[in-house]
Amino acid sequence: MSQPMTRREFLKSAGALAAAGVLPISLVELAFADPDQNFTFGYISDSHIQQIKGDKFVRNWDRGLIRAVAETNLLDPKPDFVIYGGDLAQLGSKAELDHGAEIMSALRHKTYYVMGEHDYYLDLGEYWSKLFGKHYYSFDHKGVHFVVLNSILTYDDWTFNRWPSAEQRMMEMAGLDNPNGSPFMVGDAQREWLRQDLEKVNKDTPLVVLSHSPLQKIYKGWNFWTEDAEQVQALLKPFKKVTVIYGHVHQIQYNQIGNISFHAVMATAWPWPYPSTYAQAEQYLPKLTVPMNRADPFFERDATGWQFINVATGNVDMQYNLYNNTTRTVAFNTQTGWPEDKTYQAADKHIPPQSHY
Amino acid sequence: MKDNKGKCYTIVLAILASAWGAPALADEFTQAELTRWESEYMAVVKKGRELFTDSKLGSNGVVCAQCHPNAANTHPETYPKFQKQLGKVASLWEMANWCIRNPLEGKDLAADDPRMTALLAYMTFERRGVKLEPGKH
Repeated sequence: MSQPMTRREFLKSAGALAAAGVLPISLVELAFADPDQNFTFGYISDSHIQQIKGDKFVRNWDRGLIRAVAETNLLDPKPDFVIYGGDLAQLGSKAELDHGAEIMSALRHKTYYVMGEHDYYLDLGEYWSKLFGKHYYSFDHKGVHFVVLNSILTYDDWTFNRWPSAEQRMMEMAGLDNPNGSPFMVGDAQREWLRQDLEKVNKDTPLVVLSHSPLQKIYKGWNFWTEDAEQVQALLKPFKKVTVIYGHVHQIQYNQIGNISFHAVMATAWPWPYPSTYAQAEQYLPKLTVPMNRADPFFERDATGWQFINVATGNVDMQYNLYNNTTRTVAFNTQTGWPEDKTYQAADKHIPPQSHY
Repeated sequence: MKDNKGKCYTIVLAILASAWGAPALADEFTQAELTRWESEYMAVVKKGRELFTDSKLGSNGVVCAQCHPNAANTHPETYPKFQKQLGKVASLWEMANWCIRNPLEGKDLAADDPRMTALLAYMTFERRGVKLEPGKH
């Protein structure tokens, strides 16, 4: 029988430090980092709060988010802010968004929200806006320009004409492998906004783009895909240091395309298989990625987690805090010019659980 | 007497001859039958896909496809195998039941329940072409 983690197990795994009331996360010590320019931010994503009926929600997904919020609160030193990476709700209902927002309200840091498709397709983000604000926007922090995109839009025809009801539209988009789905995109209007926003930014300023969809084309069948990826990447090309952080895939992925580093974040709810494990289709997994450990479904929180990111001299280093696995750190290597796993990048360092088939 | 034996042989030969002339012997099947069996099978695969996305399989609305898009990561080609968490060598249907009981908070299906057959048919169909590796982890 599956064991939702007992209190004793939680304390044991979190160590004596949890009992002490802090979770000292050691910042990645990098030879090239100038400590004065460092700051950290937390990243929680893909909680998929799912309503069963009335005030009853799927306990499994609730626990994942509750734990991420609790642990992020214990971070020492404190992160400057937290990003919520999208898919707070499962079917975009007011009840789910409210329940998710209630859990997130315990977070003691300023939080910026990114839209996910599970939040959007019921009412096109109307209630989400009431809770969290704009669908896309930018802000500056300690010399870094942050852009938040709503990258889960799709063709107008699918969004407005295809389905007889909003509920059905949401159900159809909710199935990852649903052949009736439609590819994600940033879209013409938002790309034009992005172009204008970036015009005012110095090309030496580090850029961090927060998106739900990958802004790459990985596997269309599961919408690990952004239809206008090349056009978005072209807008980011003139900048010296660009990092894209995305959710949606519920697994470790990272990549480098030209000047852009890409980092995926984990879900708090559940892990997804790598597209390479689907035998009936061709797909492309970012080649740098050393996969996460295969999930052990008998441990509810296995292969789920949250992140914190260290911005050192404009490059992003991501630490994956996995509840049931060893922490993984993917840091930008200025020698090679791409992100690397601190422990497992070399082929001979891979361990058996990282082999997916 | 000779005459009766001759008649016996004739009768036996006649019976055999009519049997050979009959449309479907036990060791032959026609294209029509192959087509029918294939469509029966695909109907069950289709039913399996429906169950894979059916929120009524469990009690909390969670469906198999949420964690297993296109049945990925179910690995039917590796069963039976030692499933450490069950503490024994187990078959795919036992693992499917574990998922129904736990993440889906539902009730076990019998191994020969048509719904279990359908789920197994769908999972193996999505994994077609992958070589068998029973016992693999």
